[in-house]
Amino acid sequence: MKGLTANTALLRTILVGFVRDEVHKVGVKKAVLGLSGGIDSALVVFIAAEALGPENVHAVCMPYRSSNPESEAHARLVAHACGVNFSVVPITAMVDAYFKMFTDADNMRRGNKMARERMTILFDHSALHSALVLGTSNKTELLLGYGTLFGDMASALNPIGDLYKSHVWQLSEAMGVPREVIEKKPSADLWAGQTDEEELGFSYCQVDELLYRMVDQRLTREELIAAGFAAEFIDDIYKKVQNSHFKRRLPVIAKVSNRTIDRDFRYSRDWGK
Amino acid sequence: MDFTAVLAQVKPKLGCVADNLALIEEHIQQAITSKADLVVFPELALTGYFLKDLVPEVALRLDSPEIQRLVELSRHISIAVGFVEESSDYRFFNSALYLEDGTIRHLHRKVYLPTYGLFDEQRYLARGERFRAFDTKRGRMGLLICEDMWHLSASYILAMDGATTLICLSSSPGRGVEGETLGSANAWQHLTATTAMFLNCRVLYCNRVGYEDGINFWGGSEYVAPSGESMIRGALLEEDTVSATLDEGALRRERIFSPMLRDENLFVTMRELGRIERERGL
Repeated sequence: MKGLTANTALLRTILVGFVRDEVHKVGVKKAVLGLSGGIDSALVVFIAAEALGPENVHAVCMPYRSSNPESEAHARLVAHACGVNFSVVPITAMVDAYFKMFTDADNMRRGNKMARERMTILFDHSALHSALVLGTSNKTELLLGYGTLFGDMASALNPIGDLYKSHVWQLSEAMGVPREVIEKKPSADLWAGQTDEEELGFSYCQVDELLYRMVDQRLTREELIAAGFAAEFIDDIYKKVQNSHFKRRLPVIAKVSNRTIDRDFRYSRDWGK
Repeated sequence: MDFTAVLAQVKPKLGCVADNLALIEEHIQQAITSKADLVVFPELALTGYFLKDLVPEVALRLDSPEIQRLVELSRHISIAVGFVEESSDYRFFNSALYLEDGTIRHLHRKVYLPTYGLFDEQRYLARGERFRAFDTKRGRMGLLICEDMWHLSASYILAMDGATTLICLSSSPGRGVEGETLGSANAWQHLTATTAMFLNCRVLYCNRVGYEDGINFWGGSEYVAPSGESMIRGALLEEDTVSATLDEGALRRERIFSPMLRDENLFVTMRELGRIERERGL
């Protein structure tokens, strides 16, 4: 599939330039991001190191007690490979203290809490280092809503939000992300043995093929069926995209004035930059 | 007459007219020092591109001190530059000026305002209504602003009006990373080459660089000879200064080898367009 095969040299130039330009234009030199040990944050830290210089990038690994120990080892390996600053801030104490009050909370609530706990740490480190928080959500997860609102979806800049997971794999190869990280099964690592593809019920390759045609090429349902996709799969993914759209938008504001923020008060974020 | 044109592939700051004017002046001074005859800036070089509600705040009247400063500098070098123009009846245009010898030689208001995909120009700006060639010290020219060039009629009208040099000021966002080159760069390069070749005209294309809200502008400013050959091209995605020598002899020779423009039948075109207009009931 041509569209899912990217020119990685070009992609690298654009994304490195993006981080450099958008960080520097707000008057700071540094970036901070969470490093999970997975491929998405590994790719972003490689991009950031090249854009800003590794000394200006702070990677924070934030394990919970149920996180796979391999994740922290991989995060450390990635940080070492690209030479950025690395620290570990465990979130077990904070998360456990909270759930002592809600002992029957399910995995989803616990997972979301962990993602939001990590977000507060990253934004605190943003103030600590005068650094912008880099997001690490890819286009596949953003479209499917496979992320926590105001948790891992929160950031100042996201270099890979327009890259499908397939592109993330290709660019990671091209940029020298350690092989162990590229080859392991993607996982949110919220509980032991969790893998994205098992939880989602399909593979990233399958869903990327569909999303690319559905979103980027705007094929109709009939055209997608003719292209060989099962009707139930198409409908399921379409619903996922639709039902998670709120996560990709700012909170809805009730309009009462003539100029409502983001409705008829419209400015680029780079206003004056 | 041969002449040298500098394409200033700059990175304007969004909504910062004073900063951008300083940047433009700096490039004008450099071009004067290098003894160039003409310096070209991108579309909306004085303001940046994704202005949205900033349009009225950054708009300049032709008698504003900023524009008059540039007019003054054109005593030393010819200047083509893009900005937001405020008219006396308070309309706002995406405009380009050609300045020469301390006068405004030509004002072009962008006719085709893209309002689709990532573009939203017609929401904020008024449409220009004419394409006119104009005489300069370096021959007869035509100005186009970005999307204008994607309408064959625009370049065609300018060529029929006698322009031998088409100057296109652009703020083209980069997109399409599947191929060997950036998708939008590839499309534009086909367009500038084909336009030059069809109309036996020279094309000066000046595109900006930098990022606005994550959208990159890809640069790649170029001089395309009337044969359609790209003679010199600026860096992709980086600031650059492209200096091109436009060879009058090459224009003459091309028009001898491929006299399509000479043979273009304006009568047939007008008659058929008139028929289409009648049939559409316009």
